[in-house]
Amino acid sequence: MKPLKKLLCYLTEYKKECVLGPLFKLLEASFELLVPLVMAAIIDVGIPHKDQGYVVRMCLVMVGLGIVGLVCSITAQYFAAKASVGFAAKLRRALFGHIQSLSYTELDTTGTATLITRMTSDINQVQNGMNLALRLLLRSPFVVFGAMVMAFTIDWKAALVFVVAIPLLAAVVFGVMLWTMPRYQQVQGKLDKVLSATRENLTGVRVVRAFGREEAETQRFQAENQSLTKLQIFVGRVSALMNPATYVLINLATAVLIWVGALQVDGGILTQGEVVALINYMSQILVELIKLANLILNITKALACADRVSGVLEVEPSLRAPLRGRPGADSGVRFENVGLTYAGAGDASLSGISFSAKPGQTVGVIGGTGSGKSSLVNLIPRFYDATQGVVEIGGVNVKDWPLDQLREAVGVVPQRAALFQGTIRENLQWGKPGASDKELWQALETAQAADFVREKPKGLDSPVEQGGRNFSGGQRQRLTIARALVRQPKILILDDSASALDFATDARLRAALQRMEGCPTVFIVSQRASSLRHADVIVVLDDGEAVGVGTHQELLRSCQVYQEIVGSQNTGKEATA
Amino acid sequence: MKGEKAQKGTLKKVLRYIRPYWPLVAFSILLAAVTVAASLYIPILTGNAVDLILGPGQVDFAGIFKILLEICVIIAIAALAQWLMSLFNNRITYRVVRDIRNKAFDQLQKLPLKYLDGHPTGQIVSRVIADVDQFADGLLMGFTQLFTGVITILGTLGFMLTVSGTITAVVVVITPVSLLVAAFIAKRTYAMFRLQSQVRGEQTGFVEEMVGGQKVVQAFHHEAEAMERFDQLNEELRRCSLRAIFFSSITNPSTRFVNSLVYTGVGIVGALLVISGGLTVGQLSCFLTYANQYTKPFNEISGVITELQNALACAGRVFELIEAKPQTPDAPGAAVLAQPQGHVEIQDVFFSYRKDQRLIEDFTLDVRPGQRVALVGPTGCGKTTVINLLMRFYDVNSGSIQVEGTDVRQITRKSLRQNYGMVLQDTWLKKGTIRENIAYGKPDATLEEVIEAAKAAHAHSFIRRLPQGYDTVIGEDGGAISQGQKQLLCIARVMLCLPPMLILDEATSSIDTRTEVRIQKAFQRMMEGRTSFIVAHRLSTIQDADVILVMKDGHIIEQGDHQSLLAKGGFYAELYNSQFDHGGAEAN
Repeated sequence: MKPLKKLLCYLTEYKKECVLGPLFKLLEASFELLVPLVMAAIIDVGIPHKDQGYVVRMCLVMVGLGIVGLVCSITAQYFAAKASVGFAAKLRRALFGHIQSLSYTELDTTGTATLITRMTSDINQVQNGMNLALRLLLRSPFVVFGAMVMAFTIDWKAALVFVVAIPLLAAVVFGVMLWTMPRYQQVQGKLDKVLSATRENLTGVRVVRAFGREEAETQRFQAENQSLTKLQIFVGRVSALMNPATYVLINLATAVLIWVGALQVDGGILTQGEVVALINYMSQILVELIKLANLILNITKALACADRVSGVLEVEPSLRAPLRGRPGADSGVRFENVGLTYAGAGDASLSGISFSAKPGQTVGVIGGTGSGKSSLVNLIPRFYDATQGVVEIGGVNVKDWPLDQLREAVGVVPQRAALFQGTIRENLQWGKPGASDKELWQALETAQAADFVREKPKGLDSPVEQGGRNFSGGQRQRLTIARALVRQPKILILDDSASALDFATDARLRAALQRMEGCPTVFIVSQRASSLRHADVIVVLDDGEAVGVGTHQELLRSCQVYQEIVGSQNTGKEATA
Repeated sequence: MKGEKAQKGTLKKVLRYIRPYWPLVAFSILLAAVTVAASLYIPILTGNAVDLILGPGQVDFAGIFKILLEICVIIAIAALAQWLMSLFNNRITYRVVRDIRNKAFDQLQKLPLKYLDGHPTGQIVSRVIADVDQFADGLLMGFTQLFTGVITILGTLGFMLTVSGTITAVVVVITPVSLLVAAFIAKRTYAMFRLQSQVRGEQTGFVEEMVGGQKVVQAFHHEAEAMERFDQLNEELRRCSLRAIFFSSITNPSTRFVNSLVYTGVGIVGALLVISGGLTVGQLSCFLTYANQYTKPFNEISGVITELQNALACAGRVFELIEAKPQTPDAPGAAVLAQPQGHVEIQDVFFSYRKDQRLIEDFTLDVRPGQRVALVGPTGCGKTTVINLLMRFYDVNSGSIQVEGTDVRQITRKSLRQNYGMVLQDTWLKKGTIRENIAYGKPDATLEEVIEAAKAAHAHSFIRRLPQGYDTVIGEDGGAISQGQKQLLCIARVMLCLPPMLILDEATSSIDTRTEVRIQKAFQRMMEGRTSFIVAHRLSTIQDADVILVMKDGHIIEQGDHQSLLAKGGFYAELYNSQFDHGGAEAN
């Protein structure tokens, strides 16, 4: 119930509906509870007196009760639907907003795939659960207890049967529920395993077939599948007890009720019609219990989903923007003894990094796979916060910059070129909302993307499909570079962004960047020494440490790692260049 | 109409999967009948008992006691039958579902890569998992509710007829009204639901894009714009959801209203009959219970039918997968390729993935045992396609590929593929320990052999540093280790088997150049005396290949060794210079 409590604040706007919905439902249930009484009157008054007029009048009363019930229940459905749909909409909005406030650290640990399912299917489940709960959760216990109260108004001794039977029924229903709930989660876990076995097989289909391992894979899948089936059947065996057990209890109670009723009628305390009414109440309870059992199953599911949703909402964004920040004076960048340890990771990814770059300089970052190149540049726009030391832009610690101004000042071209559905123009304007065509073309020109955009029949208005899949890798990369250039950033970061470009285009791009207006400080992350050799400062990373800082010539003399990198890439004539 | 036909077809197929369990199904139906009969008999007994309670001093306690005993026995029978029925239904459903899943997975191993490459992984996974799951829910509900529902309706009708024809007529006439009402509302709300799912799809797409690209959204400070668009979609969804949910939720109160009409109808006709002496009060009480029991399955069945339709639709999607045309089976009498020398001949091969797009045309190449063939060229020129054909992931459209003089279509796929060692750019590892992964192609390899292979791939030093060494478990698609390390493991995997022919498709693309130099040395040793095909982006890695094929748009435009190609001054020379002569490029 804890997750629900946390989510309930999104329901406050619908307080009125949340009260009125169940209220009308209870009204309807009350009218329903009156029906057996009317029937008892027909049996006890109409039939013995052979009063046909009375019977017809009473039946009209029953139809009237039905109509009032119908109106009440439709009203209740309306309020329930309004509250649950509104609740889900608010929850979705809150979750979306929350995800946007999460920093890279939290996005990494949570994973985007699960965030998406939580935003969509989990919230839908919660909405359904909420709708059901508003309509029925109060109704069923109300009918059960109402039936008991009505029984008391008829005869307290006979009603004692209800007093004994109802707690027993509740014990059975909740006992089965408590037992099965955690097991259902286990079933879900097993299903996840079957899912990942399938996914793994599909993504690795070439390797599986190359090694001729289809049969082994099938066997492993069948084992996972069998274990899921076994658990499902096992859980099913217990949850199948619920219906027969409640059925036995209700009917035994009915039998006892008849016996007690018989005694009371014999003693002249009850009439025959009243005994029929008591039996009717008992069967109403049975119907409600069956409904309740189904309802509880759905609500259990919804609760599990609510748990997942509130799990995301509980993640605290680790990045705090300063209340009153001040931006730095220029675009010089300084790292002082900077270290970074990712949340949950044991070893530091970066340690003891120090270097500085003057405004307008080009900084090259080079190193092997996993040496911490991307980690280093990610500290500049505060995608992650340094866990040690200080990163400064324009003489001000980035943690003291106003976050929006910091992000605006830094243009980033990420390693993975992500474009969004829309047009080329819309994508480029991410960099600067409302940028003019002239600005856009200028950026495209610098990014070496103008040619292929010009060749498109619709130019800037050419459509971009989801993820930009209608462009080649190199085109995508150049568009993302242009997107970063449109905002004319003070600092430009190219995180291995030219890897899909051929060497000639890469070289032209670097030349164009040199000539750019406003002279941004440029960070180029690369594995190719050739892309960096003209940089003012080159930082050589090895296993998270800066093993060399300096120019190409300096490093060639002093840094062994750099020599090895250059040596490994130099073949033929380059070595002599 | 067409949809109905498809549904019928699907239903038939579902029945085929249920057939092995027919004794269980038969038992289940029998037990359903017992349950229903017992639960219908109890109201009669209750009614009889009520008739023995007439008034003060007019109570037949002995008679009541006998009836109550009878009730107890029947309760026991009914409960037992009900429980067993649930057990059987559970068993049937989950076993059928298991069988379908196994069949689907088995099919995945047989489908041609053309199918798997052409369908998004997520879509196929969702068929095997989500659709089958939905189908299970529907099937279980169908078994438990449809059987008992129909039997209850029939049984109740029978019982009611034995008691009184007139009242039965009342019930039979009024009850179907609830079905009409339900159908009427369902028809009206269908469009609303369609609109809802359309808007929902739109929102999901948007969420996927924004959350998936969240890092970029934040880097460009695009949060406010994203929120604005989200709010628009969210409000639209809220409005159409409200309409759809509200209007469809009218169904239940309306059908219940019809039920209360049935109840009243039974009451009025019954009471009048009692007055005229055609019925006892006990029989009336029993009828009132029946009226409730008779109408309930009608409400449920309309729900079950939508659920079943949904389940059938899901099953249909799964069967689509199961029935997709599998790859052509190995030719009868196909040869098993044993210890080939590595003589590969490609003759006049034409191939394209799509009919309207030409790719490889008139490709001919004779590779002698032990030769090293390098494929270079711009992205999309068909390098990887050649490998798809060599491994027989795809079959050629015309022409032939022969290994040791035998057409690959006359060789069993398994033996053909096992004679190739393949390292791809895509570094797929399975969930399991590092040792299992390296021994993937040779599961019975000893630890010494595994370590030997890891050393050859320069993976041993990093594996040794992991907390659990070779027993470190790596998650789906690699998990805790870096991309470059994954690639080293993929190389070790091939090093362990060392088949006579090798395929290296951008095998070192994720490895930094320093490590690459070392691995290249390992590769050199590995390629010694083996026919190898190498696809590379960095030309430095293929300079000592025996033959370099320069491909462009599916054609081989140049062919020769490094020196002769450079001397020729063509496309290869240009490509090579652009990679190495950057001093000149920058001066431009």
